[in-house]
Amino acid sequence: MSENLSSGSQPTVADLDRPLYTPIKRRSFFMYAGATAGATALVLAGCGKDDNNTPGMVNVGSGDVGVLNYAYALEQLEADFYTQVRTGSYYMGLASGSAEKLILDDLYYHEVIHRDFLRAALVNASATPIKALSTVYPANTFSSRASVLGTAKAFEDLGVAAYNGAGQYITTAQYLFIAGKIVSVEARHAAIIRDLLTENSFVGNDIITLTSAGTSSLATNNAPANTSLERSMTPTEVVAIANTFLQDGSKLDVSSIR
Amino acid sequence: MNFFQIISEIEKVDPEVYDRLDSRRSVFKHMSGLGQKLTAAAIPLAVSAIFNKAYGQTPAGLAANDVLNFALKLEYLEMFFYQQRTAVTGLSSTTSAALALIGTDETNHVSFLRTVLGSAAITAPTLATFDFTAKGTFNPTDPTTYLALAQALEDTGVRAYKGAAPLTNVMANKTILTAALNIHSVEARHASHIRAIRRAAANGSATSVMQGVPVAPYSTAPKSWVSGTDSATAVTARASAANVYGAGLDSGAATYGATGANGSTAGVTFLSEANTTQGGVALSGTTLTAAASFPAAAFSEAFDEGLDVGTVASIANNFSVSGTYFN
Repeated sequence: MSENLSSGSQPTVADLDRPLYTPIKRRSFFMYAGATAGATALVLAGCGKDDNNTPGMVNVGSGDVGVLNYAYALEQLEADFYTQVRTGSYYMGLASGSAEKLILDDLYYHEVIHRDFLRAALVNASATPIKALSTVYPANTFSSRASVLGTAKAFEDLGVAAYNGAGQYITTAQYLFIAGKIVSVEARHAAIIRDLLTENSFVGNDIITLTSAGTSSLATNNAPANTSLERSMTPTEVVAIANTFLQDGSKLDVSSIR
Repeated sequence: MNFFQIISEIEKVDPEVYDRLDSRRSVFKHMSGLGQKLTAAAIPLAVSAIFNKAYGQTPAGLAANDVLNFALKLEYLEMFFYQQRTAVTGLSSTTSAALALIGTDETNHVSFLRTVLGSAAITAPTLATFDFTAKGTFNPTDPTTYLALAQALEDTGVRAYKGAAPLTNVMANKTILTAALNIHSVEARHASHIRAIRRAAANGSATSVMQGVPVAPYSTAPKSWVSGTDSATAVTARASAANVYGAGLDSGAATYGATGANGSTAGVTFLSEANTTQGGVALSGTTLTAAASFPAAAFSEAFDEGLDVGTVASIANNFSVSGTYFN
């Protein structure tokens, strides 16, 4: 069960809106995430290769199972977000049958399906799914169009970058194919959310290498400027952001994915 | 949607497309060559034989450079297609701007792939290599037609990259694999936006373009994601046709890469976009209890399907002057 806690260390709605006017690179986004994320990142940086279980964190594991659990974790976060969107005042104020309500409904359906499918896939692979994660969002996240769509945009873009950056760690062709089937849907989600906020922002230099090169710490994820490739991210870079929406005890440790 | 359906859409909005099959066949009798090609493409075994002969190897054995050059050809197709946007009548300024953005991306993809391939890159084609009328089938200067073709090209591109990622020689090269994934998602963004433009246009409003409401069966006013095969009738009626949202070749029989983690050798398969079984899990409100009240369409929408190189080629060859550029 997640609770909508108010915390001074969480990114504010204004911070999430910032990309509309001053595009934020994802590393900068991390800097805005506050002390909690900063401390988490420092703890991860301080982990030696033989320390894979930072106390209080959820270790997703290694190998293909690690990647599946990592994906399951991100889908849990998205599914939880859209579940809460649908009980929030912004969504509930939308006219029945309106474009945005239909879109938010579909996003909710898709992410819940992704989440529960990945859990089933892990069980079918005789692997142990990670536990149900507890989330946390800034105050008033669900009460305005700007914060609902702004947070949705952040999650969808992050999901695309995450799946794209995780593909290289998958060793089973069928799992890579499944990840591919999901990521293009997340990209479709991201595009319409971005367009709802600003028409024709379905692509932009903040998420594709339009006018500047990729900036991931892993060169494999990066393309030069003027190539229009998605800016994919390492699991560590992704959870630096995702963990700001996860409570202590639910924050992800992806250090074994390599 | 298949190309037959695009014609129906041009003439009038018609949700009962399959009742009009006979009239569509008569349309194709007048187009020498094209009808034969499309019919041939609907016979999986014949096409499979053609492409196995052309490649001389099983799909899993395609060299990485062959895959990249195939992708490069598709990007050229898109690049030249978007260059033709200036010939389309009646586009709004925001739609023109969107097509320009997409065109820039495709041009960038071409240059990126050429750089990766280096001296192994194919000789650059010219506009004369391509025919966006598909031998007189379409009028691509008509905005409705042009946008329907754009959607078909983008969705085919998404399926193509998705089908290529698990190929043995692509998976083995992390740089190429990640680059392919990083192009794949951008094509999906394009597809989403084109669908939004078409959705809004079908709604008839010239304002708030991104506020269009989808209208089942979604061939004319689609969602930003593929819903079933975006048509009203059962998938099985069209599952054998080489169309943008149907099943590909080797459906159920292809094996890519290593043995599956659960010991099966069933690997990557190229199913219709209406598919709702993923990784051996049949998805429904029964198997996923949290989704018990979800609309049935959500289960196919939540996943896009890949497509094999041969079927992608057969679709793309509709726009090849020679009819064989993508072989």
